[in-house]
Amino acid sequence: MNMINIKINNNDYQVKPGLTILEAAQEHGIKIPTLCHYPDLKINSDCRICSIEVKGKKNLLTACSTPVVEGMEIKTHSTKVLNARKTITELILTNHETNCTQCARNMNCELQSLSNQLGIDENRFEYRLVSQPKDTFNPSITRNPDLCIKCGRCIDVCKDVQDLTVLENFGRSHEVLVVPKYGKYLSDEDCTLCGQCSSVCPVAAITENDETEKVWTALNDESKHVIVQVAPSVRVSMGEEFGAEAGQAWTGQIVTALRYLGFDQVFDTDFTADLTILEEGNELLHRVHNGGTLPMMTSCCPGWVNFMEIEYPEMLDHLSTSKSPQQMFGAIAKTYYAQLKGLDPKDIYVVSVMPCTAKKYEAKREEMQSNEGIFDVDVVLTARELGKMVRQMGIDFLTLEEQEFDNPFGITTGAAAIFGATGGVMEAALRTVYEVVNEKPLEDLNFKSVRGMEGIKEAEVELKGLGKVKVAVAHTLKNARKVVEQMKAGESPYAFIEIMACPGGCIGGGGQPYNTTNAKREKRIEATYNVDEAMILRKSHENPYVHKLYEDFLVKPLGEKSHQYLHTHYKARN
Amino acid sequence: MPLQEILEKYPKTGDHLIEVLLEYQNTKMNHYLTEEELKQIAKYLNVTESRVSSVVSFYTFFSLEPKGQHVIQICHDVPCYVNDQPSLVKTIKNLLSIDVGQTTEDKLFTLEYTSCLGACDKAPAMRIGEKTFTDLTPNKVKAIISEYRGKRHA
Ligand code: SF4
Ligand code: SF4
Ligand code: SF4
Ligand code: FES
Repeated sequence: MNMINIKINNNDYQVKPGLTILEAAQEHGIKIPTLCHYPDLKINSDCRICSIEVKGKKNLLTACSTPVVEGMEIKTHSTKVLNARKTITELILTNHETNCTQCARNMNCELQSLSNQLGIDENRFEYRLVSQPKDTFNPSITRNPDLCIKCGRCIDVCKDVQDLTVLENFGRSHEVLVVPKYGKYLSDEDCTLCGQCSSVCPVAAITENDETEKVWTALNDESKHVIVQVAPSVRVSMGEEFGAEAGQAWTGQIVTALRYLGFDQVFDTDFTADLTILEEGNELLHRVHNGGTLPMMTSCCPGWVNFMEIEYPEMLDHLSTSKSPQQMFGAIAKTYYAQLKGLDPKDIYVVSVMPCTAKKYEAKREEMQSNEGIFDVDVVLTARELGKMVRQMGIDFLTLEEQEFDNPFGITTGAAAIFGATGGVMEAALRTVYEVVNEKPLEDLNFKSVRGMEGIKEAEVELKGLGKVKVAVAHTLKNARKVVEQMKAGESPYAFIEIMACPGGCIGGGGQPYNTTNAKREKRIEATYNVDEAMILRKSHENPYVHKLYEDFLVKPLGEKSHQYLHTHYKARN
Repeated sequence: MPLQEILEKYPKTGDHLIEVLLEYQNTKMNHYLTEEELKQIAKYLNVTESRVSSVVSFYTFFSLEPKGQHVIQICHDVPCYVNDQPSLVKTIKNLLSIDVGQTTEDKLFTLEYTSCLGACDKAPAMRIGEKTFTDLTPNKVKAIISEYRGKRHA
């Protein structure tokens, strides 16, 4: 490749052609600040905070959108540049409810660090914020328009990744707002609560509903038996909350941290992921043999279930009736586990740690009560909220020793571990369905064709009596829509389809640590399959404690108890 | 003209969104568009409702709330401003007992600022509906407004 010669701040560099100035500078360790720009999203170049000087150009150019050209001489931090950045930042601050010490993003905010980096200690412009109502009407996400800096990232992620248009500009010039249409609330709209907008927001204008206070209260309530479950995808991201590189598993440290926080028992959602595979796998076979609705589609992602209920209410029969691992855990905790421990279900407090904002909504669905008037899952925390609690407790997460989950919901399999990555639920299901139907062990457990970041993936398995069966996997709602439209047109060749709403699946969920990018998603996926490889048991039907649960309580997959506690239904909305 | 009739004059693409919105809003006595109407327009032109919401909110000539039958738009650009525009504004405010951006209780008049009307050589200028008035003085404005008071359509 012919390299391009450029000068940055009077030093000579050779860079690859086709890079933007921003990328070229980054490769050489020179950091140009950005606001509207976010990796993997389209380049809008609205905010101009990445302004730089190029020799021979009268006006400042935007580094995020200008490609490098042979011989270019760039100044990234000249006085002219710094003054422009300062002015822009001060103007943004005139329209921002600056209250850093009482803000969810304190010490973790792009505007705060920008202001700090530029050394802004006063504002030359007059404050002109016109306060707008907060949006606090759904169980998952809060919007505070007074903090919004109109970078447009949330609009783009909703539109270009999720193929929804929930958020848009409203109004003009400095009075513009980024809101649902006509200034409405998310709960009035076709919002799936996936939280991708909250994950790309540079400030605290869109955040998960903070429920950490409720958990502290429960932990300090002597009358409550407080237990916690940890989703598979959180263990491959949690270290990033505390500054570690992406790509490692932090399972043992999470368990230890949760014990330090005071949970009575620390359990693994992976256990009920195995249980989900047994129910869902058997449901699939039941549908195949009894002329049930096909293709069957997974239903463990509430962002996706919301999407179906809102956008395709006529096709809800395709969704598996099996509850998600989170909700199966809650149901088992407040029935079987309550009996086992001799506890009243109302004294058991179930907390989930999830990669997800939609899971907060899922837990509050009224069907999710195995005992009338008692929700199976009491509170759902995102990975970020757990990070907050760990910091509040003063725990040095990265240096913690590694401990093991408690039993009976601590022994799990590699099949469950991969639930967090796109394709993982499918692969786990195939490992079990293959062996159950063909009555012989799988030679190669690894269904590599359904792994990875490609948008829509396919696989084929040979099943006794059924021949070759085709399955598909899609992630992001944009890809999900393609798959559903294909079904609607009667052209779907698949028997079983896995969908996860977030890019990369839950490992890229809307509640994961900030600064999630596709590059980090790839690393988390890698870490996920490493966890799987390292497990002794790698197939859900081999989990001995799941067998015991059937023997002691559930009797058999799709049995009467399963129907009562582990299966659910969906309802058309709008 | 009913909305459906207007829509059918246009091809079903978003290219004509602004024209459709303008044409339809002009047929409405109170110069505004409702969410229901915008939904119908979005559907016909095959654009998202949030796109329509964003366009309607961007241009000051669209309104989501009922306006007066006569919308008085006073030029707020420099040439008019230095030619005594502030006293015109004051006169109208007193006469109608409303502020800029408001509508009279009888829903007859709305007072708004507008950017340049292209009559800088005859500043100050204002527009009511399709008609532009120039070389204004407080007295001329009073006369014009009382004339419009008589023009209330049935
Ligand atoms: S939660 Fe998801 S669907 Fe809702 S506005 Fe945000 S990105 Fe769009
Ligand atoms: S809500 Fe956040 S992401 Fe959306 S425009 Fe405002 S600051 Fe940007
Ligand atoms: S993919 Fe995972 S994180 Fe994203 S909405 Fe679905 S369940 Fe939540
Ligand atoms: S980051 Fe380049 S213009 Fe906003």
